[in-house]
Amino acid sequence: MGRYVVTRLVQLVAITFLISVLVFLLVHLLPGDPTLAILGPNDTPTARHELLAQLGLDKSLLQQYWIWIRNVFSGNFGKSFLTGQTVANAIAVALPIDIELIIVSQAMAVIVAVPLALLAARRPNRLLDRIATTGSFGMLSIPTFVVAVLLVLVFAVQIHAFPATGYVRFTTDPAQNLRSVVLPSIALAFGSIAVYYRLLRADLIATMQEDYITMARSKGLSTTFILVRHALRPSSFTLLAGAGISIGSLFTGAFVVEVLFQLPGLGYQLVNAIYARDYLMVQGMALVAAVGYVVINFVVDFLLTVLDPRVRRA
Amino acid sequence: MPEHPFSEDLVAPTELLGADAGSEAVIVAEAAAPRLPGETRRRGLGWLFWVCLAWVALLALAALLAPVLPLKAPNFQDYTAVSRGPSIHHLLGTDDLGRDLLSRIVWGSRVSLIIGFASVGIGLLVGGSFGLFAGFRGGPADSVLNAGSFVLLAFPPLLAIMVIEAFWGRTLWKLVLMFALIATPQLFRVIRATTLSFANREFVVAARTMGARTNRILLRELLPNVVPAAISFALLGVAIAIIVEGSLAFLGLSIQLPVASLGNIVNQGVQNDNLQLNPYIALWPALYIFLLLTSLNLMADRLRSRFDVRDVKL
Repeated sequence: MGRYVVTRLVQLVAITFLISVLVFLLVHLLPGDPTLAILGPNDTPTARHELLAQLGLDKSLLQQYWIWIRNVFSGNFGKSFLTGQTVANAIAVALPIDIELIIVSQAMAVIVAVPLALLAARRPNRLLDRIATTGSFGMLSIPTFVVAVLLVLVFAVQIHAFPATGYVRFTTDPAQNLRSVVLPSIALAFGSIAVYYRLLRADLIATMQEDYITMARSKGLSTTFILVRHALRPSSFTLLAGAGISIGSLFTGAFVVEVLFQLPGLGYQLVNAIYARDYLMVQGMALVAAVGYVVINFVVDFLLTVLDPRVRRA
Repeated sequence: MPEHPFSEDLVAPTELLGADAGSEAVIVAEAAAPRLPGETRRRGLGWLFWVCLAWVALLALAALLAPVLPLKAPNFQDYTAVSRGPSIHHLLGTDDLGRDLLSRIVWGSRVSLIIGFASVGIGLLVGGSFGLFAGFRGGPADSVLNAGSFVLLAFPPLLAIMVIEAFWGRTLWKLVLMFALIATPQLFRVIRATTLSFANREFVVAARTMGARTNRILLRELLPNVVPAAISFALLGVAIAIIVEGSLAFLGLSIQLPVASLGNIVNQGVQNDNLQLNPYIALWPALYIFLLLTSLNLMADRLRSRFDVRDVKL
């Protein structure tokens, strides 16, 4: 067990390092010069040289990478070239929005998917199961942006129940904050519901064939009781793995929804920073998103080995 | 003990799946589910599979033959019929610039279908060959490839796409390569995992004992067994690529306007109150995407259950 954790930790560090190199290289391959946007009409060769030196862009790529990564380790992600805002600050402002979206949307997905899967697995291949399974197929086939457009059309334009765009901070007004994340969260939860439902249903049906379930049945326990108390836990591991992937990719993957609903989360800010050629901003945000993905997957893998003795044995 | 998806020779699902790979997770989980008692093995693929195949083939044919089909020019603006509903002259109606929607959707589907199929085809060829090799060989080569694919997976795809676009331009074939780059690590992981499940089976060991060379084992023993699963995953990959392309196009980040693409037609249908004035503009492409994706998902599912990897084991 200890060896497993150590191996995974070494992998984690190595992968994070490779990602930081990739992020850095890709950003510096971006065509376009950040000094153009900053200088504007004051663009003279001498002013440019001064600015490049000031921003540290006149050094070699290797030196620039070294300076960047050294600072990142001490928590200093640098400053935006354009606004002077520190990158750490920008991330600290954007990240809570993603975390809120992730929590609300994933909670919605689990609340809908788990009971539905339990109901379907109670009587597999019967009417309810067929309807839910076919429905989940349909849900998988609707892109998030179409769901989002439909939600805006119905709930924002037609009945004005929720705002179409904008974000209100939780600290400013909790009620408005919740109202502003409801539609984007539903849009994000939509696909997850289908995936989680199908994962859990398949595992539940598989678990229900096990000997210990037959044993429980022969004791006279009801199917509902067996499903909830005996089958749910051992069937939830693939669901957990799936959730890990969804959550990890949502850090920047939610950008379609964020752009549509004008929520200034990490994905949205990343898009803006790329357009502005704001190197340090892009590097910092991409690194945080990638590390988030890797760490969450690591945690999920670890949780699985703790929760499921079958993995540990292998 | 029943085969469990987390046994070590099959890699943990979190490693197997990349971002957006929700439906792949479903396939992996459902492949693990044993058939229900009383459920007989389906002999063929079922009529629905063939209907879907015919439908996808029809759409692909229409897209391929768009230049010779009797369609109006996709960018021709008919000022006598602006924002009309379906009629004899314009079978699906026109958009707010008087352009024929049927023609724009057929031409737009070229972008989505070419990007979907071509990028996954390339990914299958590259990722598949490496996956087959890595899964069979194991050892350090496998570890290196595996870590490499994980780095690519953890890298925010949004950043990769936008940087390559900015660096390189947004023509169709460059978009195809870009999507192929994102599809490759995912297909690599899936095919590597499938190969692993076959690599130590009796027939492979038998072939090796008889003195078969590596190439022969890879091509004659392993490949035929991996192909059905690979096609099933590839179809899902196509569906995912089409969703991603649609989302990017919807945000104006895919192919350059005025070239039509399904996503940018939906976007146009949402702009300038078009949703109230002429909902058909957004409705038709959304419907097209929905029917296309449902067919692809269904075909993938049927293929998966027909060539269930675990069934062969029994």
